[in-house]
Amino acid sequence: MMEVCGSSNVTLREFGCEQSLLSRPDGSASFVQGDTSVMAGVYGPAEVKVSKEIYDRATLEVLIQPKVGLPSVRERSQEQCVRETCEAALQLSLHPRSSLTLILQLLHDDGSLLSCYLNAACMALMDAGLPMNCLFCGVTCAINKEGEIITDPTAAQEKESRALMTFAIDSTERRVMMSSTKGSFSVHEMQRCIAVSQKASEKIFQFYRDSVRRRYSKTL
Amino acid sequence: MAAGFKTAEPLEYHRSFLKENCRPDGRELFDFRTTTLNIGSISTADGSALVKMGNTTIICGIKAELANPTVEAPDKGYIVPNVDLPPLCSSRFRPGPPGEQAQAASQFIADVIESSEVIKTEDLCIERGKLCWVLYCDMMCLDYDGNILDACIIALLAALKNTQLPEITINQETCTPEVNLEKRHGLHIHKHPVGASFCVFDHSILIVDPTAEEEVLSTAQLTVVTDEEDRLCSVHKPGGTSLSGEKLQECISRATVRQREIQKLIDKVILSVKTMH
Repeated sequence: MMEVCGSSNVTLREFGCEQSLLSRPDGSASFVQGDTSVMAGVYGPAEVKVSKEIYDRATLEVLIQPKVGLPSVRERSQEQCVRETCEAALQLSLHPRSSLTLILQLLHDDGSLLSCYLNAACMALMDAGLPMNCLFCGVTCAINKEGEIITDPTAAQEKESRALMTFAIDSTERRVMMSSTKGSFSVHEMQRCIAVSQKASEKIFQFYRDSVRRRYSKTL
Repeated sequence: MAAGFKTAEPLEYHRSFLKENCRPDGRELFDFRTTTLNIGSISTADGSALVKMGNTTIICGIKAELANPTVEAPDKGYIVPNVDLPPLCSSRFRPGPPGEQAQAASQFIADVIESSEVIKTEDLCIERGKLCWVLYCDMMCLDYDGNILDACIIALLAALKNTQLPEITINQETCTPEVNLEKRHGLHIHKHPVGASFCVFDHSILIVDPTAEEEVLSTAQLTVVTDEEDRLCSVHKPGGTSLSGEKLQECISRATVRQREIQKLIDKVILSVKTMH
């Protein structure tokens, strides 16, 4: 597992991020990975509907809006993945009986969409100033027909791959918070992908750090 | 006394058992509940199976219909899975359109079918570009006591193995399909995917096959699906507390053992049904 870490060079597409670009939400961010682009908005902590109230923590709701049409079953499943990842990262018990709403608007999909949703979500939560246990980032790995691992694949690379895995990695221990896979693969391949994702996560967390630093150096 | 403790402090109640490496229902941490399987339970469906894991009960019915293949994939049929969690099975589900859990479960089952290639959609094609089969796989939960994903996969696999499709001949003169209900044949099952679900307690303790109560109290859930060649078809962890690679490896090892057990169970049940006739 370790030698793979050393030899493989993790390449990611050009990343971009802008925070606080919307005026109405309490936190907002847009995240760009190559041509994949997602906008995120966070509202809350606000009043919660009685039916959704949880007595000892805040209720988090995640809504994913596709480019056209209504959200389908696929979006529901992605919503579940993003929500449960955010729930683990956020300190929800600090805001009991309140609601948090995270809206993710797809702007353009060119592969690695779920990881882009996760990254946009994390940046928006950070912008909203919500207390968190750790940060998280999403990394998508595709295994192509030759058995090579491609990190942050484009839609075309995703289509040609025989397996596709998306992991959410936490910032404190670099462990797997979320995992969602497609296609069949061996145990060894998965362990390799996790190792590569952990390596890629360091780059992404560095990018988080840089973009937040840039933002605050501007306002000062 | 114990009942009061359980109601007032459910988490502490479970912790006191986990400390002793066992669970309130007497199982060890990596034990599954007793799994029972009945196939051909619905006589009006083309294939069906009923699975019970402890109290969790899932019934799966498969209905085959004729349809036209899409223009993009003229040599492929369709498989349409659907998981239904009616208000009957638990108080946590309300009547009305399917909730998030039901939709996420349906999507998960669809992903498992696609990833594992349990059935190749090419096998469902009758005449290229003209006629194919659609398999509607409806899984309904009758009793919700946790871990429905594992139960759904077993029910689906057993029902698919039980499915008998009628023979279709296309009348060359009228160009209409003729169904011969007398002559039926089984589906070709390429792979046998079986799932194993885990819960994480207190960020570190792993337990297998959680009950509904354990699911609520856990901090993360994980489902691993493997086939008979030990390839992973899905490692689904929709969030929650993070896990290290070593812990994941433990789960995968347990899942491969489970795959053998369930495949043996399904084969045994199918054989017993055959010898009865």
